[in-house]
Amino acid sequence: MIKYTAIIRETAKRLLKDGTIDVFIGYKKGTVPMMNEPVVISDPDKTDLLYWDDFCGQNLCNYLTKRKERIGIVANGCNSRNIVTHITENQISREQLYIVGIPCAGVIDHRAVLRAVGNKEVLDVQDAGDKFTVSGNGFSEIFEKTKFLRGNCAACAHRNPVIYDEMVADFIKEQEGVEAFEDIKKIEAMDSEKKSGFFTKMIERCLRCYACRNSCPLCYCPTCFVDESRPQWVGKSIDPIDTMTFHIMRAYHCAGRCTDCGACERVCPVGIPMRQFTKKLNKDALEYFSWEAGLNPDARPPLDVYKPDDYNGFVK
Amino acid sequence: MTNIIFTEDEWTKALQGISDSYKVFAPVKDGDFHTFKPMNATKAPDFDFQNTRLSAKALIYPQSERMFEYSVDERASDASIVRETPKDYSPKAIVGIRPCDAHGFSIVRPNFDNQEYRDPWWVQSFESTVLVGLGCNQPCSTCFCASVGGGPFNKDVLDVLIYDLGANFMVTGLTEKGETFLTKVKGGKAADDESIKQAEALATEAAKMSKADVPTDKLRDKVINDLFAAPFWQDVGFACLNCGTCTYLCPTCWCFDIQDEVLGKQGDRIRNWDSCMFPLFTLHGSGHNPRDQKFQRVRQRFMHKLKYYVDKYQDGVQCSGCGRCVRYCPVNIDIRQVAELMNNY
Repeated sequence: MIKYTAIIRETAKRLLKDGTIDVFIGYKKGTVPMMNEPVVISDPDKTDLLYWDDFCGQNLCNYLTKRKERIGIVANGCNSRNIVTHITENQISREQLYIVGIPCAGVIDHRAVLRAVGNKEVLDVQDAGDKFTVSGNGFSEIFEKTKFLRGNCAACAHRNPVIYDEMVADFIKEQEGVEAFEDIKKIEAMDSEKKSGFFTKMIERCLRCYACRNSCPLCYCPTCFVDESRPQWVGKSIDPIDTMTFHIMRAYHCAGRCTDCGACERVCPVGIPMRQFTKKLNKDALEYFSWEAGLNPDARPPLDVYKPDDYNGFVK
Repeated sequence: MTNIIFTEDEWTKALQGISDSYKVFAPVKDGDFHTFKPMNATKAPDFDFQNTRLSAKALIYPQSERMFEYSVDERASDASIVRETPKDYSPKAIVGIRPCDAHGFSIVRPNFDNQEYRDPWWVQSFESTVLVGLGCNQPCSTCFCASVGGGPFNKDVLDVLIYDLGANFMVTGLTEKGETFLTKVKGGKAADDESIKQAEALATEAAKMSKADVPTDKLRDKVINDLFAAPFWQDVGFACLNCGTCTYLCPTCWCFDIQDEVLGKQGDRIRNWDSCMFPLFTLHGSGHNPRDQKFQRVRQRFMHKLKYYVDKYQDGVQCSGCGRCVRYCPVNIDIRQVAELMNNY
């Protein structure tokens, strides 16, 4: 929603000027189509750098971790859920934050756009309401936004922020009856050997660049287990077993915490759909604990509480 | 200089026909992008791409390379004796490499092959390779080879150059190594004057389209410490996720890390690509890290490419202008803008 840009700029300027916040975190327009750059602004005269369109896909919650200032931040549904998770996990305090909420109709999947134009170079993208135009050398296409949403956005049930101080626009209608786990059910139905083959194939192109880990707002450990050297848990080469260890461990570290914001898949330079791992854990969290991450800052996540009267017998 | 004309089918067949003399690597379509794979009879190469997602760097300098091996079985007579792992340096050909990526090899060479040090594996691997380049008819909007001493049809590092004439390929030998390669390639017909003219026109047209607007001319005269202490690094690095996308996709990033891995009684000493973006990069044994913070790592990457290299080798920047880091940085940190900041500081 490109029309939010002007409101975000004004809001940030006002908040910086009146001293509500020290810095504002948002996006600025990218230097290449379908790409925007997260930016932090402290000068109220520079808020015109701020920008919002349907390609703001990197989760801004990453940039909050352990910051000390009072921060203004734009947040759509999933970003706000990660802010909640950050608050719950003591990575930032609610009092430090001024959240400018964005009702989000979904982020457009730049890979799907590229695929639709035969992976030709896209030179320009223009917003046209429910549609957008994509052009390059010798082609110009008009696409409907709803057909190009990222997988996580198409199945999103929390488009409006769950926590905010003010909104840039009214809430939009939440999607209902979306089946979010069709693909996971297919994997669940496989036998062990088939599953193993499926996941091995899925990650075979992995470069171990860790873009998925680093783009994830949940991955803020001071030293990640793959970077530990004493002891060294995982080999550093591109041995497939080490690579699989990384992916599975990473996914499990996200269990009960993942908001399915899609940042991991968005950044992968070789296009690995690693949400197939985390979505299974989201499904389990929902089925076993009726839990969706980041909806309530006062609720403790299921995997960090112990209740003597827990209805699950195995914890006793 | 041999100029041969092939149709795409003839060219594919010709490449399949030289498997006795060369191991051929060529671009194949792999999902949404192209990647270099060893040629085989089942999957034909596809030369219709702007550039491969990953550069051809790994074909000369593998991401994980076994250097040495040893036994940790104390009862064995050769316990803990470190031996070089056998390697294959039989002739290979990288077919369809873009001139920018070939230029990348000449940029990294001074690091692996200089008067002080000679990395035996990089050098042997490079020297056993024939670089069969594919000229760029349509440079990307994000690449800038002409700004950094290259060009869409730059022949400097190539042994053979392919011109995509639309209906046909014209394949031109550029070096002795390339001419030898072409003697093994069967089929095709000698190029007529018209094709040669068409090829030249393509190269001229592409040169016009190629961007030479990324400024690097003043970098050499800058004082290192001034650039190091410049106020813009925090801003440049703010969005950075410290992932390895830029360095791993880059044809000119060469840093590596050496690791020992033991499985049972068998040990391997492996060198793996490293990345200045990673927290372990330059972490000292004492626990101190001179590049402890994100902006310091980001600064290291750009200072290395655009200043330290420039000063050390006096031969331009450590960037071949392929534009991969511009296109694939997940948070849009753009080396073209950083070059401008540094050059104009």
